[in-house]
Amino acid sequence: MQNNETTSARSVGGTDEHRVIEGVPSAISIRDFNLWYGDFQALKNITLEIPKNRATAFIGPSGCGKSTLLRTFNRMCDFVESVRTDGTIEFGGEDIFQMDANALRVYVGMVFQHPNPFPMSIRENILYGPKRMGRLSKSEADEIVERTLTRAALWDEVKDKLDHSGLGLSGGQQQRLCIARALATDPSVLLMDEPTSALDPISTGMVEELMQQLSEDHTVVVVTHNMQQATRVADKTAFFYLGELVEAGPTKELFSHPKEKLTNDYLTGRFS
Amino acid sequence: MANRDLTAHVKRIGSQDKIATGILTAIVAVVMALVVAIIAYIIVRGGGRALTPGFLTNTPTDDILPGIVYQLWDSFYLLLVTLVISVPISLGAAIFLVEYAPDNWITSAASTAIETLSSLPSIVVGMFGSLFFVVTLGWGISILAGACALTMFNIPILVRTIQQALEDVPRSQRDAALAMGLTRWETTLNVLLPAAMPAIVTGIVISAGRVFGEAAALIFTAGSAPARLNFANPFNFASPTCPFNIFRPACSLAVYIWRLTSEPTEGSTEIVWGTACVLIVCVLLFNLLARVLGKFLARRLTAE
Ligand SMILES: Nc1ncnc2c1ncn2[C@@H]1O[C@H](COP(=O)(O)OP(=O)(O)OP(=O)(O)O)[C@@H](O)[C@H]1O
Ligand SMILES: [Mg+2]
Repeated sequence: MQNNETTSARSVGGTDEHRVIEGVPSAISIRDFNLWYGDFQALKNITLEIPKNRATAFIGPSGCGKSTLLRTFNRMCDFVESVRTDGTIEFGGEDIFQMDANALRVYVGMVFQHPNPFPMSIRENILYGPKRMGRLSKSEADEIVERTLTRAALWDEVKDKLDHSGLGLSGGQQQRLCIARALATDPSVLLMDEPTSALDPISTGMVEELMQQLSEDHTVVVVTHNMQQATRVADKTAFFYLGELVEAGPTKELFSHPKEKLTNDYLTGRFS
Repeated sequence: MANRDLTAHVKRIGSQDKIATGILTAIVAVVMALVVAIIAYIIVRGGGRALTPGFLTNTPTDDILPGIVYQLWDSFYLLLVTLVISVPISLGAAIFLVEYAPDNWITSAASTAIETLSSLPSIVVGMFGSLFFVVTLGWGISILAGACALTMFNIPILVRTIQQALEDVPRSQRDAALAMGLTRWETTLNVLLPAAMPAIVTGIVISAGRVFGEAAALIFTAGSAPARLNFANPFNFASPTCPFNIFRPACSLAVYIWRLTSEPTEGSTEIVWGTACVLIVCVLLFNLLARVLGKFLARRLTAE
């Protein structure tokens, strides 16, 4: 990842709606990217920069391709047999399709819509990823467990039952456990696909706060249907419609002065 | 007017619902009554003999009270050997079919083959076993040949239940594992199998109950001759009286019942009923065990 000084301004080809936050390097650069499921083109000519150590939100109506793009970043789309792509996606200056997918997934962690802890204890859930990468001493292991759970704002609630099953926690706790699990392998990018849509308002608030804190030293990309959530957590927002990127830019700007009529209609709820 | 129509309609579907519930309840009651009647009859007829001290521990040739100790041992030993062979094969096949196999005609042919195997009459499986394992492979009438015949009988059931159990693991857990960069094998071994374990164990124990009572597949493969075992010297593996020798003939409880019924001897009726009672209690215990184990494992998975 030596190459990540590529500033976002460079590759956007001057298209105004793809402007990014001035001076912030890109973690992920998407250029002329197309994706098909069989004959159906789900993503059309996407060019977009994901700023490093910032939070980026993907918004847009259902079926417009937000999850598809997000799942391309860690090559989860590889598991769908009918998928075909062209164009490039660079992560730290490297083409992700040339990288080893399993290695890529260690740098690019993912949190899903529905909490999905492994059927193991809380401690084992956290340590599963780190253990695969090498032996851990007891003290190293304890340190990782405490640090990631603290970071995920879950430590106080579970510190006395680390050996209980992760499946025994509440939905909101499970989701924070999944965030801690994703953090344990020390990824530089965190992908979150509607991470709060299955959670109650209090848990949602906690996870949103987490996203903000995490984006200080992680690149966070979040798909959300909740406009307020995008304005609360995201530095940059990208609006998709029918597989195309309509507009992307600093969140405040996009919400206050959308350049496209389509964006404006969507944001104001005037959508047929 | 419209209101009256609606009331009439509600009344009509209400009574339809009651009739349907009544009919279904009656059917279930008949089935339950049948099961209970059969079990009760066997237990009443054979329970006395089964509980007589010595019946379970005496040899079949005992002068005072012929027992079933050899048959009991052989039944459990056959079951054990069968499970040792069939569980790994079924696990492998199910994992391959669910996690690895592409969706094409080869896999659908494999699934069809497995289903066909499950509908073969067990006497046919026994005939095949006798030709192939006993004669062609030259194993003779033996526990190994019997266990292999039972394996053919057992694999379809096991593959089915294990496949089902793996497919029932929520998609989201598979995604979690793959998104962490786990290989497919790591995902299967560390996430899917543990999550499916309660259902897999339940399936294995229930299939064990079925195998335990099987007779037809064993007659020509493991044999029906009265065994003579020497429990005093159990580790002389080559000896035909060694209980652990897998190349000796064996007679299971179910086969014993069949033989005593087809060639009755003085006082054999009582032995048949006693044996039947023991057999049915064992099968009931297997089913009970399956439930208890499944519940216990499922609880350990979510609580602990
Ligand atoms: N595995 C798949 N096979 C075929 N088509 C798919 C597949 N996954 C998604 N699609 C199609 O691709 C398009 C984009 O789907 P995607 O899941 O990315 O939408 P989304 O923007 O995340 O929607 P939502 O907000 O409802 O989650 C949809 O039209 C969908 O039907
Ligand atoms: Mg989606």
